[in-house]
Amino acid sequence: MRKMYRVLIGKPGLDGHDRGAKVIARALRDHGFEVIYTGIRRLPAEIAAAAVQEDVDVVGLSSLSGAHLRLFPAVVEELARLGAEDIAVIGGGVVPAEDIAALQEAGISRILTPGASLQEVIHAFETACEEREG
Amino acid sequence: MTEIGKIITGVAQGEARAIGRAISMVENHAASAPALVEALDGQRIAACLVLGITGPPGAGKSTLTARLIQEYRRRGRRIGIVAVDPSSPLSGGALLGDRVRMMTHTLDPDVVIRSMASRGRLGGVCGAAGAAVRIMAHSGCTVVLIETVGVGQSEMDVVGIADLTAMVLAPGLGDDIQAMKAGLLEVADLLVVNKADLRGADRLILDMESVALQRQDKQGRAVPVCATVADQGQGVAALVDHFHRLHREIEASGAKERHRRRARRAEVADWAMELLRPRIIEAVAARSTLDGDALVLARQILTEMGLAPRK
Amino acid sequence: MPWCWPGRSSRKWDWHPGNDGIAKRIVHRFIAAELTIFVEPSRRWSFYKAINKERKVYLCPSLPHKRLKIMTDHPSHRAWQENELATSLARFPERYDAFYHHGGVEIPRLALPASIDQHYEERLGFPGRYPFTRGVQPTMYRGRLWTMRQYAGFSTATESNKRYRYLLEHGTTGLSVAFDLPTQIGYDSDHAMAMGEVGKVGVAIDSLADMELLFDAIPLDKVSTSMTINAPAMVLMAMYVVVAEKQGVSADQLRGTIQNDILKEYVARGTYIFPPKPSLRLITDIFRWCGTRTPNFNTISISGYHIREAGSTAAQEVAFTLANGITYVKAALAAGLELDHFGRRLAFFFNASSDLLEEVAKFRAARRLWAGIMKELGAAKPASCMLRFHAQTAGNTLTAQQIDNNIVRVTLQALAAVLGGTQSLHTNSRDEALSLPTEESVRIALRTQQIIAHESGVASTVDPLAGSYFVEQLTDRLEAEARELMARIEATGGVVAAIEDGFIQRQIEHAAYTYQKEIESGERIIVGLNKFQVDEEVRPPLLKVAPGVEADQVARLQRLKAERDNKQVERCLAALQSAAAGQDELMEPVLACVRAYASLGEICDVLRQVFGEYRDRQ
Repeated sequence: MRKMYRVLIGKPGLDGHDRGAKVIARALRDHGFEVIYTGIRRLPAEIAAAAVQEDVDVVGLSSLSGAHLRLFPAVVEELARLGAEDIAVIGGGVVPAEDIAALQEAGISRILTPGASLQEVIHAFETACEEREG
Repeated sequence: MTEIGKIITGVAQGEARAIGRAISMVENHAASAPALVEALDGQRIAACLVLGITGPPGAGKSTLTARLIQEYRRRGRRIGIVAVDPSSPLSGGALLGDRVRMMTHTLDPDVVIRSMASRGRLGGVCGAAGAAVRIMAHSGCTVVLIETVGVGQSEMDVVGIADLTAMVLAPGLGDDIQAMKAGLLEVADLLVVNKADLRGADRLILDMESVALQRQDKQGRAVPVCATVADQGQGVAALVDHFHRLHREIEASGAKERHRRRARRAEVADWAMELLRPRIIEAVAARSTLDGDALVLARQILTEMGLAPRK
Repeated sequence: MPWCWPGRSSRKWDWHPGNDGIAKRIVHRFIAAELTIFVEPSRRWSFYKAINKERKVYLCPSLPHKRLKIMTDHPSHRAWQENELATSLARFPERYDAFYHHGGVEIPRLALPASIDQHYEERLGFPGRYPFTRGVQPTMYRGRLWTMRQYAGFSTATESNKRYRYLLEHGTTGLSVAFDLPTQIGYDSDHAMAMGEVGKVGVAIDSLADMELLFDAIPLDKVSTSMTINAPAMVLMAMYVVVAEKQGVSADQLRGTIQNDILKEYVARGTYIFPPKPSLRLITDIFRWCGTRTPNFNTISISGYHIREAGSTAAQEVAFTLANGITYVKAALAAGLELDHFGRRLAFFFNASSDLLEEVAKFRAARRLWAGIMKELGAAKPASCMLRFHAQTAGNTLTAQQIDNNIVRVTLQALAAVLGGTQSLHTNSRDEALSLPTEESVRIALRTQQIIAHESGVASTVDPLAGSYFVEQLTDRLEAEARELMARIEATGGVVAAIEDGFIQRQIEHAAYTYQKEIESGERIIVGLNKFQVDEEVRPPLLKVAPGVEADQVARLQRLKAERDNKQVERCLAALQSAAAGQDELMEPVLACVRAYASLGEICDVLRQVFGEYRDRQ
């Protein structure tokens, strides 16, 4: 039996635009993932704690307000603090090209930028899950 | 220490990471899962109160669950929540949405939440949910809530794990409630009329009281009906008091233990059927022709597998 | 289609150029007899020039290449000319004496159908007259162009102030303030939840001191200011009033709009603070205070924009927005306010998306629907039944690929808003899919509006698409679809119940997902995204918020807290708390807090304690 992949979609910070996050959650569900959605306006610590409790393979973060440089790395740090540095973090939203390197440096494994197709998004989650499984 | 040993120690100490991993191991039928389950503390499990919260969509189960968490925390209890949502029959995936309503408790180390998908198995989810409950109990939870939408057989089976089951209804749900009466009311030990501030609540309460009189709980008495307004927290403390009174009663009378044994049997049966499923599917797939009566064919296949069914 | 009024005969009249006097006389006779004049096409230009000073003659260009037709007035048309139109012309003369195509052919103010029947009068009517399908003003953009209002704001108050002055210098006619998310959710810049968000999507305002900097050297009696603020709208409105006071501008001179629309925040935008009930109390309190004190300020902007951005269809946008509108009206009525008093200060805010004709029809349908709703609710004055709206082009249609294509998208969307009769318009900048817009991009966006206004010619006549079979059918369809959705919301128990139940959210989510699937499958083509792609390595010049903004803002706030009279702040906050706990009106206590330089977060925290906080459950 194939292991079910579990992912958590989180919206750190105050950005309330969750259209993208919800569309991605549904697309992942329709692709056979078990998806946990945190809802909007979450602290990085809340997202990390939920990811650990739910023992997900990957955390996907979405922020459209430009706060990604602070918030995404904060989630990575919180995961590490809880001993879950093996949970991969994927970031998405309005991320300018020059921020991508900084985010990767901070441990965000993949960055999805505006215009990424659902196929690309699903692929990113799938490979992140597979990599974690080893 | 072995990997599994570390996880068991972690669970006992209430570490979120270890609890999460342990539940995944059971859910994914990991090779080390049996060892893990065997190492769990039987006394803690026996003492723990397992509450089932069910009801039709829109009745406010999740909101009520969130309020119950708050109330139990106010009373200083460590609490676990297993929230079961149906898997998509097409993709096998699931959107586990109950977490949203409980996010405020995420940073509380004494609230352990786990979302589970029913995974479309023939009741097999009971095994995983049952194990999750025991893992939570082992981690020090003295109350574990199992929340599930009250539709479908597997969801109903999940409820069977609970020592006490509360059926949540709300006014204005119309036909859903009629359907519920037939099925799920059978398993309820307590009826909750939520959104009791809405129009039609009084009628629903009266209606439920008359239904409650027609059937009896595990003690052979009429099932109590409680009114709540979950989004304002009204009636929640009283509901918890009710749970406790009932818990004391079923513990004293031995009904809790009897129910657990029954649930245990159901759980083992679920696993057995779950384990058998792939083999049966393979055997059916291996037949070159499937002409003739389906029932006759099924009997033949089972007989060939050495599982001749009773006539 | 018969050209004459029923029962009248038409007559062919041959007119020779060079005899204007006769032309005029004959025309008058025909008018008196309510007859129609046909003029041979080869002579129509000179004939028209001869009589074009005659205001009562109406030109109908529906068959301009066959025959030029002169139509006399229908009684209701005449009534409209004598009442609504005359009043409007007296108050706001048109921008030109007459509007011409190149070559001298005059553009009619209002093209009408061949025959005005009951159906036309009830469904379309005349602009500035119930049911306002054709627009809320009799002359529309011939009188005054729409307000070109560019939403802007970022970083600190000082930085935003510079951008506003730049926009005003370049011909923008109204300010539109974007606040950062902590401000919109009532957190001070030093709150844990504000991490990373300070100054990002708008300007950070922690107290009156920031607001003073924001409007420094901008005369508040001259500009109209729109503020996108909802849950803490009362606090920001109070700050605006106090800043004006300090400039020597009295409250009754202030013009502008506060968004103040909490219901759509629960379903689409997410900047809620309090649960629905106390939120509605705050909103009606604002209606009450502003109704007498700032009579020229729109006290709410009921917004479909964000519902559409979240993925709804056009019909859903109309339905959910108007349903929210009804909820506010009912709340205000329940609080004892007069419908005709606050009704005319309700404004709307819609999305202008890419499906050009559907969008035009949407605006027209929304106007007709709202007029009927307000009438049913008991509005007596026509002004209360007018749906006046601001439009913004659809942010979600902008692509990060080949970003200059976005200029074209924005142009089409802006055109839809203008053809649909918007009162003010924001055009998005081409780079907004990537970040905050640069000054150059903002200028192009503004120029887009100016080109439509001054070059396209669509502003020279009223509701030019009326009577198009397609547009009228679409208008009817959208109206019917919206009506049905509103009935379903009503059946759920109203908007608040439908939000709590998740009905509205599910509808929007489903529409958004379907749309995305269509793009994925290639069924729906988005140029540059799923077709006509190019390899591009673009790094357009992007505007970045300086990284030190958060620290600066926190330092400023701490300085303020050390310097102000903290005893006074405590007294004011305590007074607010007791007012909130009781039934008192809240604007005055909030004004007192603001004057004492209590911070936005402090004021909102007091209200949080009393009202509780809303939690998303979907």
